[in-house]
Amino acid sequence: MSNPRKKRLLAVTAAAAVTALGLAACSGSSGGSNNAATTTTAAFDAANGKIFNPSDKKGGTITMADEGEPDSTDPGDSYYGYTWDLMRLYGRGLVMFDVAPGDGSSKLSGDLADGLGKPSENAKTWTYKLKSGLKFEDGTAITSKDIKYAITRTLDKDIFPDAPTYFDDLLAWPADYKGAYKSKGVDVKSAIDTPDDSTIIFHLKNSFSGFDYLMTTSQAYPVPEAKDTGAKYKEHPISSGPYMFATYEAGKKFTLKRNPNWDAATDPQRKALPDGYEYSMNVNQDDIDNRIIAGDLDIHVTGTGVTPATQGKVLSDPNLKARADNPTLARLWYTSIPTTVAPLDNKDCRMAIMYAMDRTAYQTAYGGAFAGGAIATSLMPPLIPGSLKKDFYPSQDNKGDLTKAKEALTKCGKPDGFEITMAFRNERPKEKALAEAFQQQLAKVGIKVTPKGFAKKDYFSTYAGNPPYVKANNIGLAANGWGADWNDGYGFLAQIVDSRVIRETGGSSNISVRMPEVDKLIDQAAVETDNAKREALYGQIDTLVMDNAVIYPGVWAKALLVRGKTLTNVFVNQAYGMYDYTSLGKQ
Amino acid sequence: MSPAAPGTTTGSTAYETGIGGLGEPPANAYLSVRDLRVHFPTDDGIVKSVDGLSFDLARGKTLGIVGESGSGKSVTSLSIMGLHKPGTVRMQGSIRLDGQELVGAPAETVRGLRGKKMAMIFQDPLSAMHPFYTVGDQIIEAYQVHNKVPKKAARAHAIDLLGRVGIPQPNKRVDDYPHQFSGGMRQRAMIAMALSCDPDLLIADEPTTALDVTVQAQILDLIRDLQRDFDAAVIIITHDLGVVAELADDILVMYAGRSVEYASAHGVFNEPQHPYTWGLMASMPRLDRDPADRLMPIKGTPPSLISVPPGCPFSPRCAYAARVGAACVTERPAFHAPTSAHYLACHLDDGERMQIWSDEIEPNL
Amino acid sequence: MAGPVSRGRPPDALPVLTYVIRRLIAAAMLLIVVSMIVFTIFYVFPRWAGATPETLATRYVGRTATAETVHLAAQRLGFYDPIWVQYWNWFKAIFVGSTYDMGTSIEHCPAPCLGYSFQSKTPVWPDLLDRAPVTFSLAAGASIIWLLFGVTVGVVSAVRKGSLFDRAAMTVALAGISLPIYFTGLVSLAVFSYALGWTAPGGSYTPLTTNPAQWAYSLLLPWITLSFLFSATYARFTRAGMLETMNEDYIRTARAKGLPSRTVTLKHGLRGALTPIVTVFGLDLGLLLGGAVLTEKTFSLNGLGKYTVDAIGNQDLPRILGVTLLAAFFIVFSNLVVDLLYAVIDPRVRTA
Ligand SMILES: Nc1ncnc2c1ncn2[C@@H]1O[C@H](COP(=O)(O)OP(=O)(O)OP(=O)(O)O)[C@@H](O)[C@H]1O
Ligand code: SF4
Ligand SMILES: [Mg+2]
Repeated sequence: MSNPRKKRLLAVTAAAAVTALGLAACSGSSGGSNNAATTTTAAFDAANGKIFNPSDKKGGTITMADEGEPDSTDPGDSYYGYTWDLMRLYGRGLVMFDVAPGDGSSKLSGDLADGLGKPSENAKTWTYKLKSGLKFEDGTAITSKDIKYAITRTLDKDIFPDAPTYFDDLLAWPADYKGAYKSKGVDVKSAIDTPDDSTIIFHLKNSFSGFDYLMTTSQAYPVPEAKDTGAKYKEHPISSGPYMFATYEAGKKFTLKRNPNWDAATDPQRKALPDGYEYSMNVNQDDIDNRIIAGDLDIHVTGTGVTPATQGKVLSDPNLKARADNPTLARLWYTSIPTTVAPLDNKDCRMAIMYAMDRTAYQTAYGGAFAGGAIATSLMPPLIPGSLKKDFYPSQDNKGDLTKAKEALTKCGKPDGFEITMAFRNERPKEKALAEAFQQQLAKVGIKVTPKGFAKKDYFSTYAGNPPYVKANNIGLAANGWGADWNDGYGFLAQIVDSRVIRETGGSSNISVRMPEVDKLIDQAAVETDNAKREALYGQIDTLVMDNAVIYPGVWAKALLVRGKTLTNVFVNQAYGMYDYTSLGKQ
Repeated sequence: MSPAAPGTTTGSTAYETGIGGLGEPPANAYLSVRDLRVHFPTDDGIVKSVDGLSFDLARGKTLGIVGESGSGKSVTSLSIMGLHKPGTVRMQGSIRLDGQELVGAPAETVRGLRGKKMAMIFQDPLSAMHPFYTVGDQIIEAYQVHNKVPKKAARAHAIDLLGRVGIPQPNKRVDDYPHQFSGGMRQRAMIAMALSCDPDLLIADEPTTALDVTVQAQILDLIRDLQRDFDAAVIIITHDLGVVAELADDILVMYAGRSVEYASAHGVFNEPQHPYTWGLMASMPRLDRDPADRLMPIKGTPPSLISVPPGCPFSPRCAYAARVGAACVTERPAFHAPTSAHYLACHLDDGERMQIWSDEIEPNL
Repeated sequence: MAGPVSRGRPPDALPVLTYVIRRLIAAAMLLIVVSMIVFTIFYVFPRWAGATPETLATRYVGRTATAETVHLAAQRLGFYDPIWVQYWNWFKAIFVGSTYDMGTSIEHCPAPCLGYSFQSKTPVWPDLLDRAPVTFSLAAGASIIWLLFGVTVGVVSAVRKGSLFDRAAMTVALAGISLPIYFTGLVSLAVFSYALGWTAPGGSYTPLTTNPAQWAYSLLLPWITLSFLFSATYARFTRAGMLETMNEDYIRTARAKGLPSRTVTLKHGLRGALTPIVTVFGLDLGLLLGGAVLTEKTFSLNGLGKYTVDAIGNQDLPRILGVTLLAAFFIVFSNLVVDLLYAVIDPRVRTA
């Protein structure tokens, strides 16, 4: 997707009929943080898959810095992975990912709810029961109505434009319902029913087996209507978690302090070790890196990793490297090969590209193995269940197979090659470097690539994501990328291989995959209730796309993170692809 | 000041060896310059702005220095004042002020004399005054450097001085800025500033050039009156012989950094002896002359001061060089006094010169 | 606006007053013109380039917003109104304020309401008030340092032209001018804050009113870094000016009076060279008050400069417009002050 910091929207409209049981049933496999591997030796990746410096020591303040600003501190108006990680400090949803290293976080547990949602037969109705003894920071009880209110208010996109639209599209709202502000007093029972203070029932328009995942998002954190201040709520969201807002300075800083009304007995997941958090915004990123290294700062909150300059420093200094972690993200940087552009309508011509391109050049363009990522041989990142372990276009040292490429060219009737344009986003030097790598490598088999940069904000709407433009401008290659909202095949693949999301007016991330058999498999997987079978179906989709050579997978993204000097209990939470912010402590 | 230098040629060997040619200064000489050489090393070569200059000046007397533009008049006066930028100049010879040698004296010593014992008035009073300070402040400052008096007293002194130099309503005008003064008033104020510490030597470097004719006369009158009052030694520098005619006791004619003729004003005006001075006289406008008649500028231009001709510097322009022969081109004429107290530097022999004067020059003036 | 050199002549009290009023009116007009230009650049040009109200509004919503969300935002932002209506609404709000729907309440943005950031959901004016002290502190401290330091070095260099000091100082000054502030800033942070621990880390700022000592401590490094750049410029500038003034006739007069060389150099020389220094200083300060962009960014100081960069980065139009107008105000204002100062410095202007 366009912004690596941003989570993607789950295309609920395309979700069609998804059976109830699927995702709900898959929970219960891996364990929580209690039996997770731990280490106290500072080493590269010591907090990746393990808990580094486990501790129960309370106290201290954790300092965090953001090179920009979060879209909002209002849980109802935010759509970044890192804010979802962070907001768990002052908000709780009905459901949450287990706070655990490695695969541990793929398990869902009840948070405010006493367990996962109970779906109806067709997974169109989901019922949750709240735990007892839950309180907001002001001491008032958290009820099912506060969750209902929270969701209805975020429907007002006039006030909350940043939040995803899952709930807008998924629930059976009354006709013309415009949210808690503009449709004040309207009964929303058709969508959310709260028969009593501890029960909440969601009524969906269509079956959706992944509903529990939605309940982990901050948009469903309870908001007490009496304390709602609309657009200003972000200055002090009423906490349901272990910390609450102490101060808030727009665009600069906010601090969190302990919430006296949070009861650890209702919350086995959050450790709540430090006494507070300090979050600085708009901090120069080079400075963030330096301060973390110097020990002045604990966390680079966006989790995007260090700058290229710092990367060199970290990797070359063994002491610093021992403080770094290099988690793989559920993100693929890839290149679309549109089949609408001649001669790429011919599969062999596309295959020529698949063979000719040098994967290591791809990796280098994205910053190498640590900051860029691991060389991808298929679409789904290894984090995603069902990902393939097969190399479809093998070559010596991943350098590309020019002989096979030439054969493919001959086969497609273009033995002397052809000419195409490669699109990339001007604002992204890595994509520019990639386009140049393609240009250089493909020239070896006679394919002339002309790199052409476009403005990021119009990239999908007007240029690379706009099919008529692609065709008219001979865009045979387009730099692209995608990250999953959560780690499953549906969340990763649906938006990039389903031909039905392609909009002829532009705006789609799927630029090249128009395969009816893939669409059919997606629908099939959506109703498949058996985990293993569903994962196999996603694998089949991946295989089809790879065989058909319409996406050139580049790298599975990685981030190079540096641990704060005095942090304890550090580990990467795979659900967010960065350190888990609820478990950190200070030495 | 007829009894000054030109009249006294009691030579000591030390001075006679110099091309300056003047002997031991007379006892009453307040300022005596001997064989002064002021050279400026530049990228193009050494500029010999002053190259062998001697004169004496007594208190109460006025010396006029005349010469064409570039002849070294200003350089001479700045040398006396010690105002050349340190490091840019090479000075040789001797400048004695009240018996004190200034050439080679520590900068700080010379600074202590400036303003107090010797003062100077510049050609363009507008640019010579600081535009950002009032006229009064600038006079007060000049007074206070050398006199530890309170500001109030210094101000009263400044007002008094302004009154004496003829500024109307001095107690008001004292707070004016230079640009609020007319040209003549500015020069008066400059004079007041120069006189603030009652100096014994006043150098006026073309004090009237920037002023219109009537004001010129007023300023010159003022200088004369003040000199009488203050009993100062005065040097008036000009390239206008007319200016010095009325004012000067003695006149020094400079050419290419050298003194070419030096005598009493009467001597220079009535019996000029040097061909260059003749040229100057001929080019001088006179009231008693029909303006349409003749104004004969000297032909040619002065030599480059970087490469002055080896003989007489005037030889390329001199109408009489032919009568002398090779000496004019090869041999620097000595500065000597054929008749008592009338010095000149020319190879023409006395008889011939007198003849030329009486036959060719005097009748035409 | 008339440059510092061309100006009317204000003699006595009344004309001075009319002169100031005239200049103030001209300054206000200029600000209006500036606001129109900025408005045109950010609101009109994109439309000419083919942007629709919706595409403009996409900046104010999440990237995954639905068409309806975008439509709502465009409506809320008034992008469907004719451009002059949009401008008038914005302009009017400066004087009469405006109101905004917070969802649960209607928020009044009192005059001077410089608009409302729909990205951060906060009015712009309080933001500016909040950020200005940081920039002011930065500018004030740095400008004092660079004036003292730069001018001193410039004067000494001029007086000792060609000396070892002069050559060394001018070499360092050249480096100071050529080195970008994000380089000197980051290097000095790394050395003095993180390696040696002498100065505060980036992002520190304590308001002067909270703790003056802490205020100075937190800003010391930004001051020095910023003033290094300016010191360099001012040293060279002062040196050139001094070399010129020291050749003036009035310097010779001052020396002829027998004034000590210190007095000659400072009272006469420096005073004479002051006018261009003050002019440039006033304009530099005015420019800086609008935001020391690179310094603030490098040291993560939340001043107007960083506000501007962040606003531009986020394409937050109301913020861009507001902060640009404020910056323009400072420039126009400092220009006016410089003009008036001119009369203080140079009596010829005052009384001609
Ligand atoms: N600082 C200096 N460096 C080099 N040359 C100099 C310097 N000062 C004066 N000169 C040269 O010395 C020569 C004499 O100059 P000076 O100013 O004494 O002439 P002047 O007789 O006063 O002429 P004017 O009547 O035009 O004032 C000129 O050729 C001038 O260029
Ligand atoms: S020395 Fe010769 S050239 Fe010089 S003035 Fe006398 S006659 Fe003329
Ligand atoms: Mg002169």
